[in-house]
Amino acid sequence: MINKTLAELASGLDSGEFSSVELTQAYLDRIQAEDSKYNAFITVTATEALAQAKAADARRSAGKAGPLTGIPLAHKDIFCTAGVKTSCGSKMLDNFIAPYDATVTHNLAEAGMVSLGKTNLDEFAMGSSTESSYYGPSHNPWDLTRVPGGSSGGSAVAVAARLAPAATGTDTGGSIRQPASFCGITGIKPTYGRVSRWGMIAYGSSLDQGGPMTQTALDAAMMLNAMAGFDAKDSTSVNKEVPDYTLRLNEPLKGLRIGLPKEYFGAGLNPDIAACIQSAVKQFESMGATVKEISLPRTDLAIPAYYIIAPAEASTNLSRYDGVRYGHRCDSPVDLFDLYTRSRGEGFGDEVKRRIMIGTYALSAGYYDAYYRKAQQLRRLIKNDFEAALQEVDVIMGPTTPAPAWVVGEKAKDPVSVYLEDIYTISANLAGLPGMSIPCGFVDGMPVGLQVIGNYFDESLLLNIGHQFQQSTDWHTKSAV
Amino acid sequence: MEWEVVIGLEVHVQLATKTKIFSGAATKFGAAPNTQACAIDLGMPGVLPVFNGDALHKAVAFGLAIDAEIGKRSVFDRKNYFYPDLPKGYQITQMDHPIVGMGHVDINLDDGTVKRVNVTRAHLEEDAGKSLHEEFEGMTGVDLNRAGTPLLEVVSEPELSNAKEAVAYLKKIHSIITYLEISDGNMAEGSMRCDANVSIRRPGDPVLGTRCEIKNVNSFRFVEKAINYEILRHIEILEDGGKIVQETRLYDAEKDETRSMRSKEVANDYRYFPEPDLLPVIIDHDFIEQIAATMPELPDAKSARFITQYGLSDYDANVLAANKTLAQYFEDVVATSQDAKLSSNWVMGDLSALLNKNNLETAQSPISAQDLGTLILRIKDNTISGRMAKTVFEGMWDGEGAPDDIIAAKGLKQVTDNSAIEKIVDDVIAANPEQVAEYRSGKDKLFGFFVGQAMKLSRGQASPGQVNDILKQKLQGE
Repeated sequence: MINKTLAELASGLDSGEFSSVELTQAYLDRIQAEDSKYNAFITVTATEALAQAKAADARRSAGKAGPLTGIPLAHKDIFCTAGVKTSCGSKMLDNFIAPYDATVTHNLAEAGMVSLGKTNLDEFAMGSSTESSYYGPSHNPWDLTRVPGGSSGGSAVAVAARLAPAATGTDTGGSIRQPASFCGITGIKPTYGRVSRWGMIAYGSSLDQGGPMTQTALDAAMMLNAMAGFDAKDSTSVNKEVPDYTLRLNEPLKGLRIGLPKEYFGAGLNPDIAACIQSAVKQFESMGATVKEISLPRTDLAIPAYYIIAPAEASTNLSRYDGVRYGHRCDSPVDLFDLYTRSRGEGFGDEVKRRIMIGTYALSAGYYDAYYRKAQQLRRLIKNDFEAALQEVDVIMGPTTPAPAWVVGEKAKDPVSVYLEDIYTISANLAGLPGMSIPCGFVDGMPVGLQVIGNYFDESLLLNIGHQFQQSTDWHTKSAV
Repeated sequence: MEWEVVIGLEVHVQLATKTKIFSGAATKFGAAPNTQACAIDLGMPGVLPVFNGDALHKAVAFGLAIDAEIGKRSVFDRKNYFYPDLPKGYQITQMDHPIVGMGHVDINLDDGTVKRVNVTRAHLEEDAGKSLHEEFEGMTGVDLNRAGTPLLEVVSEPELSNAKEAVAYLKKIHSIITYLEISDGNMAEGSMRCDANVSIRRPGDPVLGTRCEIKNVNSFRFVEKAINYEILRHIEILEDGGKIVQETRLYDAEKDETRSMRSKEVANDYRYFPEPDLLPVIIDHDFIEQIAATMPELPDAKSARFITQYGLSDYDANVLAANKTLAQYFEDVVATSQDAKLSSNWVMGDLSALLNKNNLETAQSPISAQDLGTLILRIKDNTISGRMAKTVFEGMWDGEGAPDDIIAAKGLKQVTDNSAIEKIVDDVIAANPEQVAEYRSGKDKLFGFFVGQAMKLSRGQASPGQVNDILKQKLQGE
């Protein structure tokens, strides 16, 4: 049961093979038995989950079930959940219980999905390994000494270790795609504005986007159907009709124009990963796609631009955590300044402090033009490069990451080397484009992801490509457990 | 030494929207602390602002009223600083692309001239909450009801030359916002607050002197006093060879002085940058036209109309038109009385005096415009004298009823019957032979005595005009 995809679980529930309560209990048992070695979950909500499962079974008997009704999932602990702790991986919010639901969790609950709990992440989503979490790192099911990627690492682990059939993630610079790649699952970051950010704790507001993390592209399509859509509570969400993402999955890929940016295959890319990508591309060629080399000349500038813009936004997004209204407050503050400095000093971890300082510096008078404004100009140019490239090709393919998952602690002393790992993913966030990572091979026993970047609101095409690839390959069926 | 004063004003106008500028919480004044603050106002994790279209509508109306450029694309920015009553750690405001660009207002000076004051800009922003220091011993309370209340900050050019001009400017802004009904303009409740930037320089000096900003002055009278205090302070310092320190000061109304605000930070770096949670506001021509079509007659236009339509003086027209309800009241009085001059005299004279004395707004007047108009009619048709009218007016103020009822109840009908008055006059002459002789021998001043006697005899009811005429005639008669 626990190796089934969402689609398979849906038919199992439909045929009465098992109930939602049985299914939910099976996952809860598994979490209880196994999660101590993965540390995928920060909070497990067994009682609530079983109640939701019971309601889902009742809904099914009443003939009102949708395709996702009764299927369990896990939420990245960045999505606010009414009545359940939302920590964002930080000591700062270790005591925080939101009085409201994020639109994403609300929509998935409306669809009848059962929430098993909240998954681990890098503190405030700042990181690529979950190592910055206040709750300790999560461990990669393919090799427990290695990181699962991040920031949505707990969600990726939960799916890869079969602690949940699917999970939500968020992606500011690759935080869905990179852990999906490291853990051998499918993850899609939709177009900026496609999924509401309401109730999703902000890191870099102009970059953050929620999305599904699943075993297959079909599952991602099913989940995105429930997650996507305009939300009046998020001014940056786009009022555009949501297609049924499962409808185009089976379209043939004949004539698909694939672009391979030469900058994504240069120095710095692990040659074995390059080989995996090349063979995946060959697979698409055999399915009738055409391939051409393209150029994204400002790829090198994406990291510096991102590491100005995201920290700048983060530095002010995180100002609200001041110990005044909720969250961590230091003991016996002597005055206001003491309250602020000690509450924030104690509540935030090193990586968060580092980014707050970078962002504060970049926005300061006298530096704004040299850093923030310049980074925004770069962002515009990077966007232009992508728009030009997507005139010539339908999708851009390449590796999701330059190397497979590293060993926990290996990069602890060199944060910049971690930043450089984001090189292939952050451009899609800067440009606002949708990007997907699907499993396409292994290097030294660790999974490798193929990244597919498409045009704005072309999620259907990305999922179609993912599904077709998964119809003719079996990388996505490999299980770590 | 001669000094030139330069004043610029920043006026914060609280827009009268039902809900806050970025949330659905109510904006009503005076609610129990923190009962009108939702998750957005509290700056909870993951919440997002949504711009209130009504605030936009009201800001554009103001822009049109001061003949300003409307920003076709305006952008919200974050102004970052830490304070307990600023829940997000930043205020959402507008920096480089305000909703209202350069405009102007005309102010009426005491010497009867009109001065044009340029308005640099007006931008939308959210208000902060309130820190309550008094009620909590050793602690500070935070009330976030006001957090997120929409404000329009109106910034003038430094073109005002004295405190009186500053007040005239403020009154004109107040008049415009209440005409447009975009704000209740209630200064006591903080719906309109003013920061004044004051500096002085030698006449002809092209460089502005160092300025001081006086924060949050909440009445016209205090603005005038605070500015005058500040001007004298500057003059004293400079004439003693000192230097002005650029700083923010607070006006203490009780001591009538300004004081340097205690502030630990030397200079705040607000780290402004575009608010990523909100899209730029794009306004098209049709939207502006739509608002333009619903604009009411504004004070300047109304004043001009009062001059031409009713033949009022510039001064009277300006005073009446400055207040929308007073202007409407006046026009309602005229509609009944059919006499603009008498109506303006009564409205600006007796009525305004009593309203001011009792601290009442025009809308709270116990005397309806129609009743006042009727009273004026009764003067015009000689039913009562001007003096009787004062008695009737007082009766109306005290709630004794409609003017005709009071006239009847108090028996105030004026005696206009010539033969009756002649008889009274005859009686007065007969009763005062000595005075009559003196008068006739040239002591003209005694005429008043006879009028008084006649009015007394008629118990005040004889028409004073007729008494005059008949007395003159009879005293000269022989």
